[in-house]
Amino acid sequence: MVDQPSWDLLADLQLLLEFHFMQNALLAGTLVALLAGATGYFIVLRGQSFAAHTLSQVGFPGAAAGILLHLSPVLGLIGFCVTAALGIGLRGRGLDAGWRGESAAVGGILAFALAVGLLFFSLYAGSVEAIYAFLFGSILGVTDRDVLVTALTAALALLALAVIGRPLIFASVDPEAAEARGVPVRALALAFLVLVALSVAVAVQIVGTLLVFALLVTPGAAAQRLTPRPGLGLGLSTVLSLLFVWSGLSVAYFSPLPVGFAVTTLAFGTYVLARAR
Amino acid sequence: MAADPEPVLSFAAATAELGGRTVWRDVDLEIKAGEFVAVLGPNGAGKTTLIKCVLGLIPLARGRLTVFGRPVQRGSDRVGYLPQRRSFDADLRIRGVDLVRLGLDGADWGLPLPFARAKSARVAEVIRLVGAEAYARRPIGELSGGEQQRLLIAQALVAGARMLLLDEPLESLDLNNQQAISSLIRRICREHQVTVLLVAHDVNPILPFLDRVVYVAQGQVVSGRPEAVITTETLTRLYGAPVEVLRTSDGRLVVVGQQEPVSYHGHG
Repeated sequence: MVDQPSWDLLADLQLLLEFHFMQNALLAGTLVALLAGATGYFIVLRGQSFAAHTLSQVGFPGAAAGILLHLSPVLGLIGFCVTAALGIGLRGRGLDAGWRGESAAVGGILAFALAVGLLFFSLYAGSVEAIYAFLFGSILGVTDRDVLVTALTAALALLALAVIGRPLIFASVDPEAAEARGVPVRALALAFLVLVALSVAVAVQIVGTLLVFALLVTPGAAAQRLTPRPGLGLGLSTVLSLLFVWSGLSVAYFSPLPVGFAVTTLAFGTYVLARAR
Repeated sequence: MAADPEPVLSFAAATAELGGRTVWRDVDLEIKAGEFVAVLGPNGAGKTTLIKCVLGLIPLARGRLTVFGRPVQRGSDRVGYLPQRRSFDADLRIRGVDLVRLGLDGADWGLPLPFARAKSARVAEVIRLVGAEAYARRPIGELSGGEQQRLLIAQALVAGARMLLLDEPLESLDLNNQQAISSLIRRICREHQVTVLLVAHDVNPILPFLDRVVYVAQGQVVSGRPEAVITTETLTRLYGAPVEVLRTSDGRLVVVGQQEPVSYHGHG
């Protein structure tokens, strides 16, 4: 597809940035990594991996709807994911509580969400490529508009996370004591679920619905294995996430390997090493 | 004991309701500064509700409740709280010192990034007070139940609490740790004049330390000196089940449930 990389990193960087689509992918990828790495730290701390998974699958028809309606797919993703997050959050209990009674229902809803996404994509004539991109990620599809939406979303979400960060940690590790100290535990849980929805929505552009864990859970999990300090862990999670995205995009650019595979494999390998330490 | 004429905690004609059901009614109760108080009673009688009222988490249906002479208010620095036994997940990767620190500024907005020296010094001070220096920097999930409990007591104290509300702090600890944690709580109470309200199913480990017993049973809350309440007749009546109070050879009291045990490890 493109010239092969050399050991001259500067020349490689020039190659990487040669095409506009790749500039967009790197820009969006960087923003996604910053947001997903930070959110992911809290997802792992709160044990809410399952919520992230649920939201990413609900996002799949959202992406399709965004394309069908001639909006940006990321707008469709944001719309569907945030609506789902509010639905889950306002119902009172988080998804991770009450597993047994609800897992069957949630499983059914998730399958249905994927099916609706499939329908939307088939309505959008002949787009197996698009389905593939939103299931497993792509470096080709990120438009200028997507970059703009991603930038605004990431800025807003990171700002919000910076404001609620400390009480969120308190509410995550020790909800009852936090509530007694005046932390609005339930409101924070809802706000955080919306932040997860936003992170999922933008991350799906790079790694796809099915591989969103690679950016939303694995960096946070690896970081927490490496350090029990909250500030350091949060920073490390973000740095790892950035590394995975940059290297994954580069690998996908210079080789026939798909980006979703590259990012996920790097993330998983790092996690395994962190656990084995 | 500090002779403070003003009660630090005062219920007047207080009634609590949960979901339309009256938990207890017309409670008049005063606790003085520095007292070590056990809150006893059968499961579901409203002991935790009593604690949550003092925390301002559950409003009274009727009556008045003042804490340190002022109307009850959530999130007061002067009231420290240890919720009913939380066991931390073995995979929870956060240090004990971070958990204690959250008791100081965990409710403030922002990120936990810059470590202010005065706050760190205060955190170190309470960790020393509870004797947890050796393991405070290890992940909380890796610590034993007794070690976790010491750090949680430090968390409850760190903001400058003058009253500790401890909901079953001895539950699921082994005998040695029950003794050690009981003595620690007593030491905090005596040496630092911190008023202690301790909810317990099993009164034996704290019996020698008590200044007062508060009994929550059958919709009522009564209080009295331990010698007056901890008797076979009174306990049997309050629990509605046979309970015997025995005296050991060295003069200590022991409470024993007959056949059906008084249930030491249920949920209240």
